[in-house]
Amino acid sequence: MSSQENSESLPEAQATAHGAVETAGDPFADPGLPAHKPRIQDIDERAAKRSERAVAFLFFLSMVATVGFIASYVIFPVDKIVFIFPFGHVSVLNFALGLTLGVALFCIGAGAVHWARTLMSDVEMPAERHEIAAPPEVKAQVLADFKQGAAESGFGRRKLIRNTMFGALALVPLSGVMLLRDLGTLPEDKLRHTMWSKGKALINMNTNEPLRPEDLTVGSLTFAKPEGLEETAEDFQTQIAKAALMLVRIKPEDIKDKRELEWSHQGIVAYSKICTHVGCPISLYEQQTHHVLCPCHQSTFDLSDGARVIFGPAGHALPQLRIGVNDEGYLEALGDFEEPVGPAFWERG
Amino acid sequence: MSTTTDARREAPAGERIADWADGRLGIYSLAKANMRKIFPDHWSFMLGEICMYSFIIIILTGVYLTLFFHPSMNEVVYDGSYVPLQGMHMSEAFNSTMHISFDVRGGLLIRQIHHWAALIFLAGMFVHMMRVFFTGAFRKPREVNWLFGFLLFVLGMFTGFTGYSLPDDLLSGTGVRFMEGAIMSVPIVGTYLSFFLFGGEFPGGDFVARFYSVHILLLPGIMLGLMVAHLILVFYHKHTQFAGPGRTNKNVVGMPLLPVYMAKAGGFFFLVFGVIAVVAAIASINPIWAIGPYRPDQVSTGAQPDWYMGFSEGLIRVMPGWEINLWGHTLVLGVFIPLVIFPLVLATIAVYPFIESWITGDKREHHIADRPRNAPTRTAFGVAWITWYMVLLIGGGNDLWATHFHLSINVITWFVRIAFFVAPVLAFVATKRICLGLQRRDAAKVLHGRESGIIKRLPHGEFVEIHEPLDANARYKLTAHEQYKPAEIGPTVDENGVARKISRTQKLRAKLSKGYFGEGNQIPKPTAEEYEEITSGHGHH
Repeated sequence: MSSQENSESLPEAQATAHGAVETAGDPFADPGLPAHKPRIQDIDERAAKRSERAVAFLFFLSMVATVGFIASYVIFPVDKIVFIFPFGHVSVLNFALGLTLGVALFCIGAGAVHWARTLMSDVEMPAERHEIAAPPEVKAQVLADFKQGAAESGFGRRKLIRNTMFGALALVPLSGVMLLRDLGTLPEDKLRHTMWSKGKALINMNTNEPLRPEDLTVGSLTFAKPEGLEETAEDFQTQIAKAALMLVRIKPEDIKDKRELEWSHQGIVAYSKICTHVGCPISLYEQQTHHVLCPCHQSTFDLSDGARVIFGPAGHALPQLRIGVNDEGYLEALGDFEEPVGPAFWERG
Repeated sequence: MSTTTDARREAPAGERIADWADGRLGIYSLAKANMRKIFPDHWSFMLGEICMYSFIIIILTGVYLTLFFHPSMNEVVYDGSYVPLQGMHMSEAFNSTMHISFDVRGGLLIRQIHHWAALIFLAGMFVHMMRVFFTGAFRKPREVNWLFGFLLFVLGMFTGFTGYSLPDDLLSGTGVRFMEGAIMSVPIVGTYLSFFLFGGEFPGGDFVARFYSVHILLLPGIMLGLMVAHLILVFYHKHTQFAGPGRTNKNVVGMPLLPVYMAKAGGFFFLVFGVIAVVAAIASINPIWAIGPYRPDQVSTGAQPDWYMGFSEGLIRVMPGWEINLWGHTLVLGVFIPLVIFPLVLATIAVYPFIESWITGDKREHHIADRPRNAPTRTAFGVAWITWYMVLLIGGGNDLWATHFHLSINVITWFVRIAFFVAPVLAFVATKRICLGLQRRDAAKVLHGRESGIIKRLPHGEFVEIHEPLDANARYKLTAHEQYKPAEIGPTVDENGVARKISRTQKLRAKLSKGYFGEGNQIPKPTAEEYEEITSGHGHH
């Protein structure tokens, strides 16, 4: 092995060669590699036979488990659920396949490791290390070769070639960058508008019916979407990501914010459901305090006070939607949100 | 001529195949260097193996999943065999994941193996990285390999994130929404980045397909290359070993690849795979059928990312909601600062090897792994970093802490805000003291021996405990570590009395060096003289 190449191995005096660091030496001399202690299998053939049988048994068990895997695949229906203590209700197929596959694999591993530990030689032996850095003459040769190669190319001398090549190489990736342009549309003012507009009725998210003021009781939380937005619509997800609305009814005298009261209808206030932090839908409502909490990052807003942030990482209040009642007595929007909904961004202002 | 052909014909078939391959691939030279390559033995050296094997398992199971998964956001109505979701609108991605879980025999098992293996892969890399850190195995010549490993960890995080986002379920969709919000906070270009990533407004109809190619091709391709490079360097540098009798910086002591490590390492692959398969059989993971398809207007409580993303979740949760509005623009510091700290937390540990080598000024190769106690400042730094990371993990699960331990969410958030700055300092101080205490104990053991627990009564009535002297092997092992002397700036004036120019970096380096190796920052190793004196003194007692 490598022991024949002693000349290349790490020099003894490496520590002092650089002189950059000082370290204290070892106070006690290295006693050298301890003698090998034989294992029971090394001296007792019967013990070695026992180990051999153990390894063979593990490999055999693996074969049995693989047969079990195939059998389970054939026997158990994919939709059968059973109760297995302490795992609860599990898919019997998944359970059987996983266990048999696990045993089949594990036994191969256990057999191999047991074989290595008990029957293969465990005599520790040293191998020399070699310094990673090349010896000085190799380095000198490489540098000379490089200089010769560079000189033959004329790279340093013919500056016109060099500079135009750099120019060409610098420009050519621009084509690739251009090709990325159509990855998406430009933001323009898309983030400033939602589907809400004057006269759009508020549709109950659960019943798909337009909402009347009397449907909402004090202390309840209702989610709404704009009239005309159907779940089957192609852009439903994108539209609802901005237009999702939550309605709560607060006693008008409990509303602290003046504008909020003006934009409400008989104490019914409509706020964007999309958190102004990073856009999670807000869904936890505390009826006594009229606080809503975002379950993702715990931003808390006070719906009785302009939905201002009272705790958590959100940076500004939830946008409010101005609502009223149309001629037929249904709740309707009196316009779009006046500010962008959802997370803040550079152009938001 | 005829004799050589005869010899060839007589050679066994295996040898003839090897000859054929050698003539074309040069396998004999390759085997000469590697077949009986020596590897040292220590339990902590298997941590990297766990990572490698779980990565292979992920690739195997991942390829299987691609056979059934449809990376499309086209809307479909579910009509599969899972009754509670029948009739629901969902994307094809979610629908095909349901199909894998309920209608493909063994599909659920492979999905769960894939996900569990990913969690174990990331956890393995984290622990493996810490092993390398605390034993100083990142020192020359292994700094580049440290960076390869670090990159694998970071890329693994993003591969995991893009992977668990693919089923387009309510939980992962919420995570993607969070990512969109974070990208939008980037000053000037944030909205453009978001629109280019999602093909327009969130969520649009593109991100699953895009994440898919990133998850199954781009990132794993880079990672596979990095992992091969990582392994080549491990072979090339030869493994580090702990100090011990006969184990020096110039050799590597252990057992050969053929047969011992072929069997042990090869077998270990099956052990890892077997354990993960059993876990996937008994423990369900990411049950998307219970979570439901993604809707931007719906969310569940207790939403958590996979564990390796938890620290970034902590950053975003505890950051105060700072927002600056100026000249018609918004600087979303409450989200942007966490986005910037996220890579900084990781970079802090990544650059440490270079800082340490600058402080020590050590240009030598190091192949002896340090015991953590013998590098107290490094160990303290590492523990401080882990503490930092763990504090953020607590922040990332602040709602779970609140519900499970009946604590106030506000108090936990404030605890994390303060602990983010204070806890690493406390951990640093405590760890360093513990390390120094352990060094003192080692020194005492070398000089006075091991406490035997046997109490002896002397003739005049005094009780003493008998200390058994250590044998030469143990004594060598406890004193084989290196101790640097702190770097000196040298005199501030030269021999002519003229003030020498000492740069600020030199001064800083000297100061740090003193903090690492100065008096009180490491316990001097016992000397042979001290030992002589004490042991000879015993004879006269």
